[in-house]
Amino acid sequence: MTVQGWMLILVFTLILVALAKPVGLWLFAIYEGRRTPLHTVLGPVERGFYKLAGVDPNAEQGWRRYALHMLAFQVATFAFTYFILRFQDLLPLNPRGLAGQSPDLAFNTAVSFTTNTNWQSYSGETLSILSQMLGLTIHNFLSAATGIAIAFALFRGFSRKQANGIGNFWADMTRVTLYVLLPACLLYAIYFIASGVPQTFLSSVDATTLEGAKQTILLGPVASQEAIKMLGTNGGGIFNVNSAHPFENPSALTNFVQMLSILAIGAGLTYTFGKAVGNTRQGWVILAAMLAMFVGGAAITYWQEAGGTPMLHQLGLAGGSMEGKEVRFGIAASALFSVVTTAASCGAVNAMHDSLTPLGGLIPLFNMQLGEVVIGGVGAGIYGFLLFAILAVFVAGLMVGRTPEYVGKKIESREVKLAVLAIAVLPLMILGFTALASVLPMGLAGPLNKGPHGFSEILYAFTSATANNGSAFAGLSANTPFYNGLLGVAMWIGRFFIIVPVLAIAGSLAAKKVHPESAGSFPTTGLLWIGLLIGIILVLGGLTFLPSLALGPIADHLAMIHGQLF
Amino acid sequence: MLKDLTTALRPAIVLTILFAALLGIAYPAALTGIGSVAFPHQAGGSLIVENGKVRGSELLGQNFAGATYFHGRPSAAGADGNDPTASSGSNLGPTSQALHDRVAKDVAALRNTPGSSVPADLVTTSASGLDPDISPEAAFFQVDRVAEARGVRADKVRRIAEAHVEKPLLGFIGEAHVNVLALNRDLDKQVPQSAKAAE
Repeated sequence: MTVQGWMLILVFTLILVALAKPVGLWLFAIYEGRRTPLHTVLGPVERGFYKLAGVDPNAEQGWRRYALHMLAFQVATFAFTYFILRFQDLLPLNPRGLAGQSPDLAFNTAVSFTTNTNWQSYSGETLSILSQMLGLTIHNFLSAATGIAIAFALFRGFSRKQANGIGNFWADMTRVTLYVLLPACLLYAIYFIASGVPQTFLSSVDATTLEGAKQTILLGPVASQEAIKMLGTNGGGIFNVNSAHPFENPSALTNFVQMLSILAIGAGLTYTFGKAVGNTRQGWVILAAMLAMFVGGAAITYWQEAGGTPMLHQLGLAGGSMEGKEVRFGIAASALFSVVTTAASCGAVNAMHDSLTPLGGLIPLFNMQLGEVVIGGVGAGIYGFLLFAILAVFVAGLMVGRTPEYVGKKIESREVKLAVLAIAVLPLMILGFTALASVLPMGLAGPLNKGPHGFSEILYAFTSATANNGSAFAGLSANTPFYNGLLGVAMWIGRFFIIVPVLAIAGSLAAKKVHPESAGSFPTTGLLWIGLLIGIILVLGGLTFLPSLALGPIADHLAMIHGQLF
Repeated sequence: MLKDLTTALRPAIVLTILFAALLGIAYPAALTGIGSVAFPHQAGGSLIVENGKVRGSELLGQNFAGATYFHGRPSAAGADGNDPTASSGSNLGPTSQALHDRVAKDVAALRNTPGSSVPADLVTTSASGLDPDISPEAAFFQVDRVAEARGVRADKVRRIAEAHVEKPLLGFIGEAHVNVLALNRDLDKQVPQSAKAAE
């Protein structure tokens, strides 16, 4: 470990905190449907879209209608992308003559991008330019916008008084896309191009290396997808190795900016929540609880990675493990990136997580198992976190005998049941499917590494899919009908079986009266509350997943320090 | 419930098409236009062109096997390594026998004296398989071999290598590194391989 490494983590965290308020204020303006300077240019586009689609943006939707309209849109965009991927060989902009994806792979990929997971069973190099742009880039925007829309709907649930509606899905989704994601990505992509990220419709160039060999260099519209891939916490790269590829992430500076952009909107939404419920302290305490867990995780992973592995030390290599890491980033920035990308539901990687040390890799795994509520994916992070907040006030209410209340709303049995229902999806999918794959021959054919690390590869895959992350212990051969199918189901359920209960909670809360804070309410702005939140999240996650972690990373660690190889 | 669904059909289909046009076509096309005008070199992949021939990209690693060149890191991309059509890491974990055997073999081949240490990045595969860089230590480690193969003094080669060390930004963003392709091209310019033959 070096002073520079700790500096990196510290400065990164401070800049992130500084970004929360400005980003949160911008999002708040969009949440409220206010006019912004961008409306001069994009206002006509927004109105034109509504007109053609027959949408009245001011029509309030109850939670059922909001949910059904949201789901209908997901199914439509899923089908659109499925057919593009399935038949890319028949479509234009495929100069390298790539074949269409098989049915199970196209299903997996389309689900993966619809659910903001961006798990890559395919290798990015096998997709045509059209598939990348039209099939995948649009989902990067729309799945991110959907996540933020759901968060907005939940915020309205907390802030409205005896209301029937929780907003309009079409308006929320369209506004977030047009006034937040699109303009930000335009600027961001131009920065990427200036830094060396390709942006061209040319798909490949042949080079003759210095030693006279032929090297085929793949190009494409990389920068345009890279920008939304990070900002929308999507994570699906144009290339197989994602943000480790020099064309996706050319320098240490682009790497630093990428890490910030993964968490910027998620951090901003905590501030937006505070504004929405009329007390910005409510937002800041959430961010504080998130950051405490984030910094803790980053410290552990950095400590482990900088320590390296006994096996490589015995072979005469000094320092941390460089297997699966890039020289321009080094140990600290690789460790930090792996924690950032799994704290959010991003899943972009700048180092191969499969080659991380066992405990260094445990943190990304555990981050995802907690439901990615450590800042989290855009929208998904904050609505996931608020589920835990509902449980926390409920537990606090049980302990001290007070009526559970949160930001002025009474939390009753319906909300608690729905929150538990949503949170239970994680262990059900992750542990259920991992168990299945660990006993079936089709599942056991997957892992590359032997011993406990092979189990970690399976566990990581189902964790990543259910939590809609998309990063991988990439040694697993996941492009089989078995894994494509099962992972696709895990991604869909992991996304929408959480979103629908969240919307139900929003509807139920919106209908309630607001109770002004009294001496009888449990204060949710202090240190005690932060401690309780972290406690609930870690205890629930720990109780649920520690046994599986013991079989994977912890067993792997014990084997490693005893010099056992597999 | 049914009414909710039927009212959703038109916006779902129409907005899918409209957003596909905006985000899937107009957005990348606009950026491609901006890139080709404002940053044509970077947008085109930072290609190195010599006498009309493409020699590689500044950002991508190449295979170097000969003694006269500095070598990059081992690569898991493609069968021969450094293949941009098959970017990949090894994905081998910390308790992998296969990783142990591969590193042990590479270390044995590189060690000049038994038991001496070898720069870690020279015997570990990168994440991308296309890592263009090595650490300064890994570059200096190869100076004697390169100098001998080129028939020039080691301090001359070392000075060229030193000039290619890029420091971390602000001291803490990134790591010091040497771009192997840039270094080797510079080497060819300053101490051409034909120099040895001419001596």
